[in-house]
Amino acid sequence: MSNNANSIRTPLARVRHLGSARSGTRDIWWMRVTSVALVPLTLGFVWLVLSVVGKDYKAARDIMSGVLPSLLMLLFIGAGVYHMKLGMKVIIEDYVHGEHSKTWTLLLNEFFCYAVGLACIYAVLRIGFV
Amino acid sequence: MAEANSVSGTPESRRPLSPHLQIYRPMLTMMMSIMHRITGGALYVGTLLLAWWLIALAKDANAFAIANGFLSSIIGRLVMFGFTWSLFHHLMGGLRHFVWEAGHGMEHPQREYLAQATLAGGLVLTVLVWIVAYMVR
Repeated sequence: MSNNANSIRTPLARVRHLGSARSGTRDIWWMRVTSVALVPLTLGFVWLVLSVVGKDYKAARDIMSGVLPSLLMLLFIGAGVYHMKLGMKVIIEDYVHGEHSKTWTLLLNEFFCYAVGLACIYAVLRIGFV
Repeated sequence: MAEANSVSGTPESRRPLSPHLQIYRPMLTMMMSIMHRITGGALYVGTLLLAWWLIALAKDANAFAIANGFLSSIIGRLVMFGFTWSLFHHLMGGLRHFVWEAGHGMEHPQREYLAQATLAGGLVLTVLVWIVAYMVR
């Protein structure tokens, strides 16, 4: 923690423990990891959707319950939801400035992403196993 | 960079000011940056549609018919077209960021080409996928 006169951190920020926790690049790193993963996964997802377009319930379910389609969907949802959670976090941090509104919006983002992600994963597993 | 009041004021007001969005003339690179965010936000909301469709498929033929009925309606098709374009535009924008992170494409003509490629690539892929979708259904 720097206390010298040239520090750009304000005394208030220091009191609130704002600043480096030595994990500042974690979100940036995982954004890149999910980005790279999502390039092939997105193309696979589009391919899968195209193979299901216009099919009736039975045919669509037969395709989606396959081992590879299920795995593809699980990976796509996992990487995609984590990616969008990080992306929305940056948007919130950029545009929502009030201390309480920022905390609550970030919390809502977490809830939304986990809820949507879990709902999709549950549905994919149920399509595959039931 | 604009100069803030140099001596007086709180520490916050003495920090250097960054120029604000309104003073820029709209440029393609800037529009692509903004569109990357907007398409990202659209995809965020769009996951609700994916979740609905997957849950309907997991549930039964009735629920699936309702979800499919909406998605194949005019409004549903428009939404899905927007979703497809958002997906591809965001994907192209992501590839552009990979190029930048490798340390390339930041100079004047290259970054304009990249912005144009992002826009064109997203549109072309969207139209291609929809042509295929209408052919296979």
